[in-house]
This record gives sequence, structure tokens and C-alpha cells, in this order.
Amino acid sequence: MNIKIENLSKTYGLQKAVDDISFEVRTGEILGFLGPNGAGKSTTMKMITQFLSPEEGDVLIDGYSIRQKDMKKHIGYLPEHNPLYEDMPVIDYLQFVAELQGVEKAKINERIVEMVRVCGLNDEKHKKINELSKGYRQRVGLAQAMIHDPEILILDEPTTGLDPNQIVEIRELIRKLGSSKTVILSTHILPEVEATCDRILIINKGKIVADGTADTLRKSATGNQILKLRIIVDATADVMTELQALPGVNAVEAIDSEGRYEVQSAGDQNSNEAIFRLCVDKKWVLTEMIPFETKLEDIFRDLTMN
Amino acid sequence: MGGNSATWIIARRELSSFFNSLVAYILLISFLGFTGFFTWLSGNGDIFFRKQADLKVFFSIANWTLFFFIPAITMRLLAEERKSGTIELLLTKNVSDRQLVLGKFLAAFLMVLIALAFTIPYYISVSQLGNFDHGASLSGYLGLLLLSSAYIGIGLFASSLTSNQIVAFLLALLLGICFQFLFGIIASGSSGWIAELFNTLSLNSHFDSISRGVIDSKDIVYFLSVSFIGIFLSEYFISKRK
Repeated sequence: MNIKIENLSKTYGLQKAVDDISFEVRTGEILGFLGPNGAGKSTTMKMITQFLSPEEGDVLIDGYSIRQKDMKKHIGYLPEHNPLYEDMPVIDYLQFVAELQGVEKAKINERIVEMVRVCGLNDEKHKKINELSKGYRQRVGLAQAMIHDPEILILDEPTTGLDPNQIVEIRELIRKLGSSKTVILSTHILPEVEATCDRILIINKGKIVADGTADTLRKSATGNQILKLRIIVDATADVMTELQALPGVNAVEAIDSEGRYEVQSAGDQNSNEAIFRLCVDKKWVLTEMIPFETKLEDIFRDLTMN
Repeated sequence: MGGNSATWIIARRELSSFFNSLVAYILLISFLGFTGFFTWLSGNGDIFFRKQADLKVFFSIANWTLFFFIPAITMRLLAEERKSGTIELLLTKNVSDRQLVLGKFLAAFLMVLIALAFTIPYYISVSQLGNFDHGASLSGYLGLLLLSSAYIGIGLFASSLTSNQIVAFLLALLLGICFQFLFGIIASGSSGWIAELFNTLSLNSHFDSISRGVIDSKDIVYFLSVSFIGIFLSEYFISKRK
């Protein structure tokens, strides 16, 4: 199912928590929702799931407004801080959620077994939720979000409190689900977005400041291609000038005296090949050629620190 | 699944959560203890002292016990959901604000119903003692149920205002005191339409007549109105989060 967010706005007091946000997520797409604390991520998610109603705008699921009856059923939601009924055993809790979500009676058991398996809860299933560690609680949160096999998953910081192994597992799980579902997840762990998401949406102060894949965001942040080279030559060769003379090269900078250079290409050009051929012609030894990537962290900082 | 089932699922969870904690047992034991003691054992004023085979003592003592007992049940209903954040979990499922509030109301009402069911032995015993008026006693039970639903409406409303259970409990008691005493006192201290108004609002005057066996539609309408207003206001304050 496609989900379309149209001009959502929400004000708390004088502050615009969410300011005219619009975007669309398609089936099979995993959208990473990034932003500093207080940027409006959770507020947006709460509006998508109808816990809050937007002041303006609407959320459309395959063209139908989320406000219409029974539309919430299509969404599985893991709220921020993962609230749970502490005094319930895991199994009873999943049963309760399955009933609330209107899962057919005959299928409830099958779904619970499936979720216990998928989320790795088998050893904990009879324990009360308040006896579980944070990682397991998080898994219960995910299990309840997915129990009715919703087409759309909204996950507010799904990996908080998990250890690195669990994080990898949960990411894999989300990736697997993401191929057939529509997923929006929020996080402030940047490598997580790269590892899990097809598309990144960065919001700051309630507004969208970037929307695209990790690669397109990088490209728009860096502009031209930058390569880091290391060329071993004898003292006589003038590497700088030769590099500079290559077609497509915009600027060359010597980094140290051990043969390291930074080459910036002009426009949309790619100078890997030209550099390689030059080195072959001149019999230089090219030991390193590393494309320079702007870190997502830097992009994030640039976009959200102002 | 129909629209009402979410209400029922929520009520069932709430009720089982009462029985999984000590709350339900403490309340049941104290309810039965108090009503039992004053009905049968207290000496001055109990059934043997009055030498009449009726449940008058029980009804008036039950009124007072429920006055404390119900706020203790209702205080957590919505306040706790707010505090733990589970309200977000419920309301983002296929559940409306109204179903949530009705489910909570229903859970508290069932809890009271269970407590009153345990007093059926009183009814049976007293009816064996002498010339027993079944009509009046059944009407008394009806009165207790109506009274309870009014208290639950008040308590639920108090619980919808805050995320602090103690505040919800005290507020419910305070409102209860208004309905139990204050309105009656104001009514007896004034005259004209003010007296009329407060006499109508006073819970005790309505309960007195119904517990004597006089079923008047005005009293029934009164109790149901208080319950519905409580439910309505709770729904309003829950939906205000939006």
C-alpha cells in the first residue's frame, strides 16, 4: 500500500512542531526518518497513526484518508519509548493486541507463533513483560506492531536499547519485511539509515530539509567527484601538472610529500579512468585511489545545525 | 469483528489485570468485610438489633463502602494508560476514543457487579429470617447498581483528567462528597429553585427512595445521566490530546 502524507502541520503553543510536511512512500520502500531531537519526527508519526490529528493536511493510504473508519488497521505502529502493559505475560499481550486488531480468531494462534519465531521471543514468551530486558521488550514492541500483518509499518526508533547483535537482527528483519511492505522508521543512528533504508528524509524544525537516497544526498552535498590518490614516482616527475592537464579534472591538491593528492573532477565528470591511464603511460605506481565520501553525519549536521 | 468488540476486549483485559494484581482481592475483601460486619455483627444497628428481615442496613453501608471502593477502582483506568503511554498503543489500533472509555467503564462496572454478587448470600440468609420484601430488596440492588454506575462515571471522569492516580482518586472522592453531602446540605439550607436544583443533584435523596423500594423513573434518569455525563466528559478529555 502506498502512503501519502499531504501538507501535515501541527502546532504546540507557539511552536510549529510539524510545518507543512508532504511526502510519499511506496510499497516495498523503507523510508528512514531522520532529524535531531524535537524536529517533529514523533509528532509526524503520531499524526500518521491517528494518535494526534493534524491541524492541517491529511494522510492517505492508497488514496483513502486515514480518518475513515477501519483505516488504522492497515498500520502497525511501534510508538516511541515502546509502552507495554508491564503486568501481562508476552503471549497474553500478543493475544490481546491481535484481538484488538481484529485478527480472525482461528488465525490468532498461528500469528502469535509466527511473531514469537520472527522476533526471537521463544524463551521469554511466558514471562511477564516487566521481567524482560530492554532488548526483549523492544522485540515485543515489534511483535505487537506486526501481529496483524499490516501493509504499513511505522516504527519510531525501533533499535533503541538493543545490543549490536540484536540491532543487526532487527535491521535484517525490517529489510526482509520491507520488500513487501511500506515502512517508515525513525532513528538518529545514522549508519542505521544507510544499512536499512532505501530512502532518507531529513527533517529539521518541522520542515523537510532533504529527501533522497544516501547516494543522492551525498552527491548534492559534495557536488563534484573527489578522489584521493597516492602515486609513487621518482623525484623528477611533476605529478601535479600532469594531473591538472587531464581532461575533466578541475583542481589538484598535494596533501603530503609521500605522493598523496586530492583530485576534484569538473562538473559531472568521472576522472578515475583518465588518472589510471596516465599512471600506466608514465609508468607511475598508483597505490591508492579512494573516492571521497561525505559522511552522512556531515550532511546531517550541515542540514540541521543552523 | 463488530464495533463493540474492542470495548469488550479492553474491558476484559482491564478486569483480568485487576485480578492479577492484589487490587481486586483487597477491594473485594474490604467491601465484603465492611458490609458484612455492619450488616450482621456490629451489634448496635445490625440486623439482629433491628429485628427486621430486610437489607436496609446493608444498602446504606454498601452505599458508603462503594463511595470509597469505586474511586479506588476507577483511579487507574485512564490515568495509568496516560502515564505508561499505553494509551497511544490502544488508540492507534482499531479502537476509537469512545470504545476505550466505554471499555474502562464496563470493566469497573463488572468489578462492582462481582462484589455485589458475593453479597447474594446475605440476601438469601435474610430472606429466610422472616417476612421479607423481595421487591424492595431487589429495588435496593438496582439502586446500588445505578449508584455505582454514577460513581464510576464520576471516577472515570476524574481519571481522564490526569496521569496521576492519587490525584484521580482524591478528585473522585471530592466530587463524590459533593454529590453525597454538599448538594444535600446546600439544598436544605436554601429555598426556592436553588433548593430544588441542589436537591435534584444530590445523590443521596435519589438513592434513599430507590433503596426503600420506590422505583421512580426520575431517579433512574438521574443516575444514568450522571454516568453518561461522566463517560462523555472522559471521552472529551481523552480526545483533547489531539
